[in-house]
Amino acid sequence: MAAPPSPRRRRRAVAVLLAAAGLLPATACGGVGLAGTSDSITTMGFGAGDALATVRVEETQKALGSTDIEINEGAFDEQQFLSAVAAGEPPDVVRMDRTLIGGYAARGAVVPLTDCLEDRKVDLGQYREGAIDEASLDGVVYGLPDSYDNRSLLLNEDVLKANGHEVSDVDTSDWKSLRKLATDLDGHKDGKFTRIGFDPKIPEFFPLWVRANGGSLISEDGRTAKLDTPEVVEALEYTAGLIEAQGGWGGFKALRDSFDQFGAENPFVRKQVGAYPMEDWYLSVLGDVSPDTGLRAKPFTDRKGKPLNYVSGYSFVIPKGSPHPEKACRFITEMTSPDTWVAAAKAKAEDIRADGSPYIGDFTGNEVADRRIRQEVWKPTGNAAFDDASRQLYAAQENAFSVPANAAGTEFRKAWQSAVNSVLSGDASPREALDEGQRRAQSALDRGNTERE
Amino acid sequence: MSTRSATPPAPAPTPAPTPVPAPESPAAERRARVRRWRASWRRHDTRAAYLFISPWIFGFVVLTAGPMIASLVLSFTNYDGIGPTKGVGMENYRQLFEDPQVATSLMNTLLFSAMRVPLSMALALALAMLLLRVGRAAGFFRTVFYLPVMTPSVAVGILFLLLFNGNMGLINNVLGFFGVSGPSWTTDGTWVKPGLVLTTLWALGGTVVIYLAALRNVPQDLYEAAELDGASRWKAFRHVTLPQISGALFFTLIVNTIASLQTFTEAYTAFFGTSNAQTYSHEAALFYVVYLFQQAFQFMHMGYASALSWLLFLVILVITIIQVKVSKRFVYYEGDTR
Repeated sequence: MAAPPSPRRRRRAVAVLLAAAGLLPATACGGVGLAGTSDSITTMGFGAGDALATVRVEETQKALGSTDIEINEGAFDEQQFLSAVAAGEPPDVVRMDRTLIGGYAARGAVVPLTDCLEDRKVDLGQYREGAIDEASLDGVVYGLPDSYDNRSLLLNEDVLKANGHEVSDVDTSDWKSLRKLATDLDGHKDGKFTRIGFDPKIPEFFPLWVRANGGSLISEDGRTAKLDTPEVVEALEYTAGLIEAQGGWGGFKALRDSFDQFGAENPFVRKQVGAYPMEDWYLSVLGDVSPDTGLRAKPFTDRKGKPLNYVSGYSFVIPKGSPHPEKACRFITEMTSPDTWVAAAKAKAEDIRADGSPYIGDFTGNEVADRRIRQEVWKPTGNAAFDDASRQLYAAQENAFSVPANAAGTEFRKAWQSAVNSVLSGDASPREALDEGQRRAQSALDRGNTERE
Repeated sequence: MSTRSATPPAPAPTPAPTPVPAPESPAAERRARVRRWRASWRRHDTRAAYLFISPWIFGFVVLTAGPMIASLVLSFTNYDGIGPTKGVGMENYRQLFEDPQVATSLMNTLLFSAMRVPLSMALALALAMLLLRVGRAAGFFRTVFYLPVMTPSVAVGILFLLLFNGNMGLINNVLGFFGVSGPSWTTDGTWVKPGLVLTTLWALGGTVVIYLAALRNVPQDLYEAAELDGASRWKAFRHVTLPQISGALFFTLIVNTIASLQTFTEAYTAFFGTSNAQTYSHEAALFYVVYLFQQAFQFMHMGYASALSWLLFLVILVITIIQVKVSKRFVYYEGDTR
């Protein structure tokens, strides 16, 4: 029988085991580690899917010289991002929804761009104010805009005419007549809901209706929730009532879910919707798959008849612990510069025109870039509906607003969305739902602000 | 003549009483146990046994026990994964009782489990009994029933939205064929959970296979005896089949209950995960683990999420203990004399 190991040998074995156990986590970090090598920078949340993205990366690559750009395809993933930051191995640059930036900034997950903008002598004035405000907290800028999603009204003229209406009848300033129009246009067949007359697009576009009613979901400084104010309650009562008048949320949502949004059988072709406010990117989709529908566009207006454009979008940020912050800074300033945007827009427009589709334009969040794209790249296609829609979108950018950034980020957004959802689901009245939403939102804001301070 | 001494023989010496070992002190007992344990290491088969189970021990310590202890520690902090962490005492646990979403999500999860577990067990048993009668094609059907288990849960979540679409979905179209107007499965709070239960029943192949194995092990002579006694099919099922497979039923009850209480993917994908659903979500689908995930990774309240996970652990522990206690009256194991 073998003799038992000596105490010394035992101690040595235990030490080796402990060292191995300590090293294992270090070697097993591939799951969250996204940092690049010293000669490369990595991105998260940005996809090089079309000519616009590809050419921008190519232009930026030229500016970065020998530093490789590693694009990690795929949408921004909160869990992956937080795990990477917590593990101290974040990517160099992250592209994320601007509504998230305030929450991450409050917790220090993203770094201020103050030094970056100073070092690179970037004129912040070139970017659209709404896009910068949405990515700022307490006046400190944390993100530069990578997109600027405008919202205007899209109408199906064929549906309007078939029901005895004109484009001019669609008037979002007159809520009473809009409700009448919605019920005139909606469709039911064999007990099934077959057409949405007018879709207010809530919960996602609820801030638009609140602003149209003269209210706001949150104070300008992003510290006080205003979900229980009369303007917000009235906006929810009206929009939920608009859906109820057309047959109720069950059929409404089921019909929405069945839309072939990106295909040739889209809701405009199948006449499944009369009118709705919609983001600008959808015009490009329609231009590509069905350029000859009865599409018309017009500005969304507030209750006083003033055009109103609710904007949101994505921005580039530099996460805490970015391995190459200087290169990351250079990447985001180059990617969002007018020259880069114009070169990319030219390539994209060429591709689209080669397919015989109308080029709608690109809305970048950079005012200088937008103006140059409009002057140098965009030109009328002869398709009156899309040309007119493009002109309106460019004009709409002057009437834009965004929801102010705040320290609660996702939690604030979930609070007001849950309030809208519980009304749509029939679980609460607008007043009850928004009172509860206010409690949750303010609690999240207070917590976020306290942690920050 | 020889005389014998009339002296009575001396009484046999009383045997010395067997020394009763003096009770050892607990410390001495512990030392003896440690000595025995050390001695056991000299045996080859002991070392081999530990070597074979070492991957599991490593996995348990590093991947389960370690994170569990870490989460217990984190549950007393304000950890958010990014900023400095400080202790908050029992604050996270106190918040559990004040947060209405905790009660809502827990109730949703318990209701879902109460519907899903018995239904999945009954359906799996029915399918297993059918398979038992199929004969030569049993292998084919076994594979067919098991295939859905391989389907990713994310796909099942998406499938839910398509099949249960209140307007155009297959389920309501079939119901309409029979003159039944189907409900709004994805928006009506009354029907959201039953819809999700039906969707998850898709993947009960694993339970079917377990039941099939148990049914095959029921001794045929018990059925023959029951038949001779004039037992009906139902009585044979009630008094022979069920007791004989009660061990398998109990195992699947425990496993399915735990799995149901931890339901996440299907509900998250259908109501919270996709970009479309991120804006519309139904509170009836807010299951406990979905809420835990939101708190941890969307709201960055890792400390609070850790407290949530320990509450779930306790709930599962209590339910499992109750099930084990109750099962002692109903579960028959081979060799039992009851």
